[in-house]
Amino acid sequence: MSGAILEMVGITKDFPGVRALDDVTMTVRRGEIHAICGENGAGKSTLMKVLSGVHPHGTYEGRIVFDGEDVQFTGIKSSEHVGIVIIHQELALIPELSVTENIFLGNEVVNHGVIDWVEARERAVRLLGRVGLEVDPDGPIKNLGVGQQQLVEIAKALSKDVRLLILDEPTSALNEEDSENLLSILRQLKTQGLTSIMISHKLNEIAAIADSITIIRDGHTIESLHVVAGNVNEDRIIRGMVGRALDSRFPDHTPKIGEKFFEVRDWTVEHPQIPGRLVCNHSSFYVRRGEIVGFAGLMGAGRTELARSIFGRTYGTYLGGQILLDGREVQIPNVQAAIARGISYVPEDRKVLGLNLLDNVKDTIVSAGIRRISRRTVIDPEAEIAAAEEYRKAMNIKSASINVGVSTLSGGNQQKVVLAKWMFTQPSLAILDEPTRGIDVGAKYEIYGLINRLADEGKGVIMISSELPELLGVCDRIYTVFEGRITGEMSAAEATQESLMRLMTDTAAA
Amino acid sequence: MTATKVIEAEPGKAGAPAGGASGSSVGAGLKQVLGGNLRQYGMLGALILVALFFEFASGGKMLTPSNAQNILNGNSYVLILAIGMLFVIITGQIDLSVGSVAAVVGICTALSINFWNFPWWLGILFGLFVGVVIGMWQGSWLAFVGVPGFITTLAGMMLFRGLYQYVGKASANPAPPEIRFIGGGYLPEWGPNTGLNNSTLVLGIAAMAVLIFLDFRRRARVIKAGGTPPALWVAIVRLAVTAVALGYITWLFGSGRPGTSFPVTGLILVVLALVYNFIATRTTIGRGVYAVGGNKAAAALTGVSVKKIYFLAMTNMAFLAAVAGVMYFGRATSTGPSDGVGWELDAIAAVFIGGAAVSGGIGTVTGSVIGGLVMAVLNNGLYLMGVGSDMTQIIKGLVLLIAVAFDLYSKSQGKPSIIATLARGFTPKVVEAELQAGVVPNRDLGNPLWGVLSFLLFPVGIVLWLTWRTDRPNSAKQARSGVIAALVVGALAGMIAIFYALAQTTGLFS
Repeated sequence: MSGAILEMVGITKDFPGVRALDDVTMTVRRGEIHAICGENGAGKSTLMKVLSGVHPHGTYEGRIVFDGEDVQFTGIKSSEHVGIVIIHQELALIPELSVTENIFLGNEVVNHGVIDWVEARERAVRLLGRVGLEVDPDGPIKNLGVGQQQLVEIAKALSKDVRLLILDEPTSALNEEDSENLLSILRQLKTQGLTSIMISHKLNEIAAIADSITIIRDGHTIESLHVVAGNVNEDRIIRGMVGRALDSRFPDHTPKIGEKFFEVRDWTVEHPQIPGRLVCNHSSFYVRRGEIVGFAGLMGAGRTELARSIFGRTYGTYLGGQILLDGREVQIPNVQAAIARGISYVPEDRKVLGLNLLDNVKDTIVSAGIRRISRRTVIDPEAEIAAAEEYRKAMNIKSASINVGVSTLSGGNQQKVVLAKWMFTQPSLAILDEPTRGIDVGAKYEIYGLINRLADEGKGVIMISSELPELLGVCDRIYTVFEGRITGEMSAAEATQESLMRLMTDTAAA
Repeated sequence: MTATKVIEAEPGKAGAPAGGASGSSVGAGLKQVLGGNLRQYGMLGALILVALFFEFASGGKMLTPSNAQNILNGNSYVLILAIGMLFVIITGQIDLSVGSVAAVVGICTALSINFWNFPWWLGILFGLFVGVVIGMWQGSWLAFVGVPGFITTLAGMMLFRGLYQYVGKASANPAPPEIRFIGGGYLPEWGPNTGLNNSTLVLGIAAMAVLIFLDFRRRARVIKAGGTPPALWVAIVRLAVTAVALGYITWLFGSGRPGTSFPVTGLILVVLALVYNFIATRTTIGRGVYAVGGNKAAAALTGVSVKKIYFLAMTNMAFLAAVAGVMYFGRATSTGPSDGVGWELDAIAAVFIGGAAVSGGIGTVTGSVIGGLVMAVLNNGLYLMGVGSDMTQIIKGLVLLIAVAFDLYSKSQGKPSIIATLARGFTPKVVEAELQAGVVPNRDLGNPLWGVLSFLLFPVGIVLWLTWRTDRPNSAKQARSGVIAALVVGALAGMIAIFYALAQTTGLFS
């Protein structure tokens, strides 16, 4: 295998309770662009963290052979030492520092222990030239656009004598033009002999640029494709990514769908920091009583932004649009109003947005609907305990008592506590953002059951999920979202993962 | 707190088969008697220990009626500040301006009475009004402009100190007798000669009656709600212990020279502590304060108005600073140039010693008051022993530093605050048990903890040595340099121990 610069053999990585990677094998040839595809949570990022030393040698099983030698990385420094550099999705640049300072941050041009800024600037100019970036090397990073910052990251990688460049979702935050530019730079660097690995959700880009593709699903390598003269298209990749059958991972449910009661029209919201960027672009949708409506889309497509802007305008700048409840327009300017109108939102990141980890189960369950157990701000302790016990039972929360701290519970039980907290507000519309992320299969099944029960009680449910099988298995109707726009609407019966994936990724289908 | 609960819930995991079992049943009984919240009793225990230590070290000067009355009269205003400071600190902010605010309120009250001929009660109302206005001013900067509380109140500290000097013109304004009564007076003497002050006696008996009533009402409610209350003997033992303690306090404060009683300032303190404890634990506002401090983003998405909570906390703080200012004006019988200087620091110290978290979200009213009393008793005890104010400050500073450092370390390990840990009978065995229960990440905990603990004992050693020194006035100079040398060595040792512990916890060197 003289052509291979990197071989990863039999990589297995366990997290507590989860096997993230199971015997993954991958070979990257010298001088190619190698794409890794897979759904969210398939294990792509974990694999790259293993490769770059974020998960050091000893925390995983398997072998990494780089340039013909077995390598054992102890940390990110040691992988950089042999020339493997990773650029993360969230850029690691310091906004206030200059372009030159950022390029050589942690890797300064040193002359007898003193930074040689003249030499550094000189080199920075040359590196910027290689990535085709014409910016002031002394200007601060914050003045650059995201696409330019991405190129600075690449220049930074080049300054470290990179031999294998890993890009995690490099174009997810870029517009069409910047993406195009970035890809052409990558092609150009390839002709100079640079090998790169690219993780991307944008399948059209992958089909256009990659020389080989490794597809990962549920922590397994599914297949490796060599791209020869257009033998691989998006359909082929999608089939590999989602090719599993729906089995009994979802409880049976016969929907009892009533009339339309919640509707959003022309909802338009601007990004809170970037004026002009619409995170919701004239989005319109509706929910019927007893209906479970799914929102499919890739990360960053604008599903969470849509949900949170509806839930008391807790995201972005409202530009326009109406919310109709039972046919009448309502104003929901803040969270209290949303709760009062019977709308609840279970956020995607329960530890950051859903829970106060210092609280116990009881205080958490009653926190959102605290008005139900208090009179003129004084809490009735008996009513509080009764309510907490009732919802602990109803949601089947496994904890020693209601006085146990939520931080001691498992992910699944924490999620049930967050659900209980919002069910206690007695909503008519429950928006659930990634309700099963990071919890095990058994707890997922229970949560699906709870969602079905909500629908049976006549509530409307909106479920945002990045797992297509879950949406198809639980929802009655599914909207697809791409770059802030709703690009399609399908009944779950007629939708397939392929058709959804196409609407989620393909702008032309809109 | 978490760790404690796990241990208590699963005594079998403590790892000591025979001894552990009998120990845990005694512990369980003790816990029942104490009512479950061991943490606050732990702090109370520390207070009693400190008081007893000085009682012996000073040859019985500590626990005399007049000294106890002095401690309360001389510290009530700081403890009241600590109550307000607690709420500010729970929200994750801090207020540096309380001393200056109290001084301004004192001078406003004084001038309104002496120059505008306000009656004393109107003067007090005017002072409190000034305090509330100041609080709204500072709260607005924090809540609506977004200037951090540290900066807002640092500015306020200078601003109101300057205002105090500008308005007061360095004049001494006498306090009318009614305000002197509020700030340093005693309850009236009446009725038959019982050997005690009858007002104090009535207060003590009334307090006991209320406690008995509350205890049995709680039992009745638990039974009504279908639960099992603790065994009757538990309640009786608990009430008996409380009765003895209350009886002792009644005797201590009531048996002083004629004309003295439980101080008026103490009465104000107790009432405020009860009211604010109720606000913290039983009202939606209190819940909001804890929620904002625990997780601001989650609180906002739960319908808590973060701005409102900030505003209320700062306004309330200034209101209580105003109360403290009026009380001190009465106690000092006149305004003076050093009114309020350094009070904020005493209040902050009390709150942190009382177990509040530097990062917000954790703390209790009772804890803060007891923390303040620990400082007060320490202060007073050192004074009784003839220790100069120089050494007193050094010791107080060290106690605060070590208390908070230890608290941080404990929190990083998921354990309760320092004093609770100490009172829990902290041994490596406990750590071992916690490790087995899977609470603490498996690290070598023995050495750094003992390093910190031994350093904690350091101030005690100094005091002992100082006592010994006073017997030998000739060698005073030698002794002084010896103390300083010991302090330096001890401080270095403690720093190294803490640094080592933190480095291990954070994996700084791994």
